[in-house]
Amino acid sequence: MSTEQLKKTALNEAHRKLNGRMIDFGGWDMPVQYPAGTIVEHTTVRTAAGIFDVSHMGEIDISGPQALPLIQHLTSNDAAKLVDGQIQYSALTYPEGTFVDDILVHRFAADHYFLCVNASNTDKDYEWIQGKASGFDAAVKNLSANYTQLAIQGPKALGVLQQLTDADLSEIKYYWFVRDRVDGVPAIIARTGYTGEDGFEIYFDPNESERIWNKILEVGKSYGLIPCGLAARNTLRLEAKMALYGNDIDHTTTVLEADLGWICKLGKDDFIGRDRLAEQKENGLTRKLIGFEVIDKGIARDHCPIFIEGEEAGIVTSGSPAPFLKKNIGLAYLPIEQTAIGTHFEIDVRGRRLAAAVVQTPFYKRSK
Amino acid sequence: MAAYPDNLHYTKDHEWIRAEGDAGIVGITDFAQEQLGDVVHVQLPRVGEKFSAHDTFGEVESVKTFSELYTPVSGEVVEVNEALVDSPELVNSSPYGDGWMIKIKLSDSGELDRLLSASEYEDFIESQKEE
Repeated sequence: MSTEQLKKTALNEAHRKLNGRMIDFGGWDMPVQYPAGTIVEHTTVRTAAGIFDVSHMGEIDISGPQALPLIQHLTSNDAAKLVDGQIQYSALTYPEGTFVDDILVHRFAADHYFLCVNASNTDKDYEWIQGKASGFDAAVKNLSANYTQLAIQGPKALGVLQQLTDADLSEIKYYWFVRDRVDGVPAIIARTGYTGEDGFEIYFDPNESERIWNKILEVGKSYGLIPCGLAARNTLRLEAKMALYGNDIDHTTTVLEADLGWICKLGKDDFIGRDRLAEQKENGLTRKLIGFEVIDKGIARDHCPIFIEGEEAGIVTSGSPAPFLKKNIGLAYLPIEQTAIGTHFEIDVRGRRLAAAVVQTPFYKRSK
Repeated sequence: MAAYPDNLHYTKDHEWIRAEGDAGIVGITDFAQEQLGDVVHVQLPRVGEKFSAHDTFGEVESVKTFSELYTPVSGEVVEVNEALVDSPELVNSSPYGDGWMIKIKLSDSGELDRLLSASEYEDFIESQKEE
């Protein structure tokens, strides 16, 4: 595919000016890394701060008297627990209890919600939600083109962003947000992220993208902040065992199999897929997503087959070196009887069998 | 440092070889290391192994991906760069120096003439970029 056909965020030129290496990322022309390289970008987010352009992510707005009942019908978590300014990780589910997508639900008001969805799923999600909304008094809008989304992540993220806003960022708790200004520009400032670090995700008018991006780079310099690409975003989220749609979760994996029972509130009113998930909980799972560490020297990659006692027993859904932990780690679905911590198995890496073991997750947990 | 030194011979698989008497030092090009990103592991052959030109002699892995390594010429491995076991990042920081991979005793020094010169390799890279 030539770059002409790829979708671009408002920061495409800015990435090129910084010599970001651009790749086709699910139809988007995005920086996979900058000259510092993935390992430096990754460790800088763990020790200082990094900024990521994640404007390819989608935003869907749901409002109206029955906005909440619609969201309750569509998602597995209990959105009724949210209050204004609060955020919830949740799943849009199929009747099979599998994933349409994993999403963040932000509550603006009792009758107004803002969903952050995966880039490659935005159109699918919007159509899915539209298709289910007909019986509800609620308006569904795809506002993805209206927002630039930046993630400022790392222990120094708060210090950096605080230079540019009057909102008291230390008062925003994890998975809460405010609507304030960043360098004068109206923005949603959410204390969320996909790195396992403290940090913020901000959403604002794309016309202000390059100015805000440059401003954050400028004030961030003395804090050690650097621009980071999608390769570092992937290794960071993997160390924190955050699922990636298309790899670790999709339309074939249920919310429970993905080890996300905590976003599966079977006690709330009926939702799409609830019956199947309740049944699965009742009967017990046959497989589950686990984290593993490669014991032998070698790197397990996405899609490598897994063998237990000579039998193929699954595939690696995400596999990579972990730059901060300096280990080779990954995620995989294994038969439930093989998921205990310490269970050994083999991974076929291009004809070589590497020993691996199920380990405790997340692989990396930041100290508070 | 020039991205493609004139005293090396190049392949379309992005290896280089520098003649040293009846042997040649082999590594990957600056372009190759840049495309790979941070190198985290290099799998090299044992001293004494024999290869024909274009054989796979090893593998280089970065955070994001991996790539096979091909011998530019035929010959026997007489030395491997042991430093890469603990410091694979040398491939990124010094692709034509400390990041070398193997030393191979040439079975036919005439094979060197069939490889690309620095300017030919550079043209090849440019033609790849345009695609």
